[in-house]
Amino acid sequence: MTTAKTDGAAGEGPAAPASPAGPRERARLRRRAARRRGGGWWPYAFLAPWFVGLFGLTIYPMLDSLYLSFTDFDLLTPARWIGGQNYTHMFSDDPVFWDSVHATLLYVLVSVPLKLALALGVAILLNRPLKGIGVYRAAFYLPSLLGGAVAIAIVWRQVFGGDGLFNDFLGWFGVKGQDWISSPDTSIYTLILLAVWQFGTPMVIFLAGLKQLPRDVYEAAAIDGAGTLTRFFRITLPLLTPIVFFNLVLQVIDGFKTFTPAYVVSNGTGGPLNSTMLYSLYLYKKGFTDLQMGYASALAWVLFLVIAGFTAVNFVASRYWVHYDD
Amino acid sequence: MSAITPSVSPLEKLRSLRSLTGPRRILLHTLLIGVALVMLYPLLWMLSSSLKPDTEIFTHPGLIPNKLHPRNYSEGWSGSGNSFSLYITNSLIVTIGAVIGNVISCSLAAYAFARFEFRGKKIWFGLMLGTIMLPVQAVLIPQYTIFYNLTWINTFLPLIVPKFLATDAFFIFLMVQFIRSIPRELDQAAMMDGANPLQIYWKIILPLMKPALVTTTIFTFVWTYDDFLHQLVYLQQNARFTVPLGLTLFLDKTSGSSYGAMFAMSALALAPTLICFFVFQKRLVEGLATTGMKG
Repeated sequence: MTTAKTDGAAGEGPAAPASPAGPRERARLRRRAARRRGGGWWPYAFLAPWFVGLFGLTIYPMLDSLYLSFTDFDLLTPARWIGGQNYTHMFSDDPVFWDSVHATLLYVLVSVPLKLALALGVAILLNRPLKGIGVYRAAFYLPSLLGGAVAIAIVWRQVFGGDGLFNDFLGWFGVKGQDWISSPDTSIYTLILLAVWQFGTPMVIFLAGLKQLPRDVYEAAAIDGAGTLTRFFRITLPLLTPIVFFNLVLQVIDGFKTFTPAYVVSNGTGGPLNSTMLYSLYLYKKGFTDLQMGYASALAWVLFLVIAGFTAVNFVASRYWVHYDD
Repeated sequence: MSAITPSVSPLEKLRSLRSLTGPRRILLHTLLIGVALVMLYPLLWMLSSSLKPDTEIFTHPGLIPNKLHPRNYSEGWSGSGNSFSLYITNSLIVTIGAVIGNVISCSLAAYAFARFEFRGKKIWFGLMLGTIMLPVQAVLIPQYTIFYNLTWINTFLPLIVPKFLATDAFFIFLMVQFIRSIPRELDQAAMMDGANPLQIYWKIILPLMKPALVTTTIFTFVWTYDDFLHQLVYLQQNARFTVPLGLTLFLDKTSGSSYGAMFAMSALALAPTLICFFVFQKRLVEGLATTGMKG
């Protein structure tokens, strides 16, 4: 059946007596089993679609966008090599680029910690034998599943509009609201709040981690009379750091890629005053509205390097604060 | 250490820590219900606004409409250029195509990674994991030019074909993890009976990995349905628009008079995801917890 690789098959001839399996026999049998698992060309057949996708839709496009980032390309006429001009223009005289960097960094650096803190806090509350825990988990997770939807972004736009829900809420406390969406000082925070609202995914992952914490450590701490806060900071948090790290990496990457709410809430403009011009939105506008595909490719490579950089920094820093048992 | 049973009192103490009693329990429930209400309020507000006449939406902030105004739904349905049924049909074509593509291509690749040894497997596997982290924006423009040259712009092909090429590597990873939990003895027994790897994949692995396939189906459905960026880039003609693109048409023309219809269509647009959520709620949340899924 499996036409395994036949190199070196001389040794496995028909004379393989099964009787007293000496160490050499066993080694040979093990080799043969390994070769059978190899399965010749079978794995490549199963992987064929993935290989086409990997080379055709990932690796080639990556290299192509690197090339395009050094060209002036409008899709309709052939790309024209202009060297590093896209990059120098980006960094030296494109104020909108810097607006988008500012908006994106603010968005990521504020929303991710808030989201993780809320996720961990609620997960700890839910990590008790509590009636209706399934209902709570569902209620907290639902916004995460809906998060990417245009409909939600539309609702957000209305909630924080001049006569929206949020101002009604403030009205109860006698606070006079404003149009949060159209004020450049606050518009980005409505997007941040939307991101924080979707804390369900990291929450569920935290919950899974909390369930695996060893009980005997808590028993020992209880015997020593450790209080709630001590237990949290001395036991729960250190033991949970691998999961905090996992969530952190995922959420940072996700944050940098955010597109839909920025597009919908600002009606595709990134306004007011570019305050919601998240990087992905700027990239889209450059590429598909202005047809500056060379410039957009340069933006894409910068984004790729920044995400890779942040992830690498996260991994290096994790050595100092993530505790793995054994 | 835990072999030695400690004296009773600290254990009791611990138990009292875990299962709350009396006022602390009520406090916890109150807190959780409060958070849950805040979480769900915007959704309820959208639903109630979709049933109010436009004049009432912003002047009458309560959740219960004075009187139901279901006309928003019929107006919205026929409202923005094309009938909403066209957008829903288009979304269904795209999402069903994507689901079939992901289930087939990712399970094939996962089977290869989980069950075979081959040259460079570790490197290929690493590459596969790496592509999970790659931002779509990094490859968007070259992919667009590829599909442009194939004259696939304004068709559903750029949204469906990549799924048949296992580009959603996240699901490969999920399935690899799942297949590893299926005992190898089953494959080996089938192999003894003369089954080839394709037969083993089809008759043994695929039926046993149904839970992973269901998870893949749900998440592919929801994420493709909501994948606004790709739909915005590839679908430019109104007649090809999907639900999210159809919704943005409402934004362009909101002159303050069609809010009710907009909320109605937003609520409808969320319906497939909500149904998915309520039907598969348990599996969604558990699957997420065990595999560590992205949002």
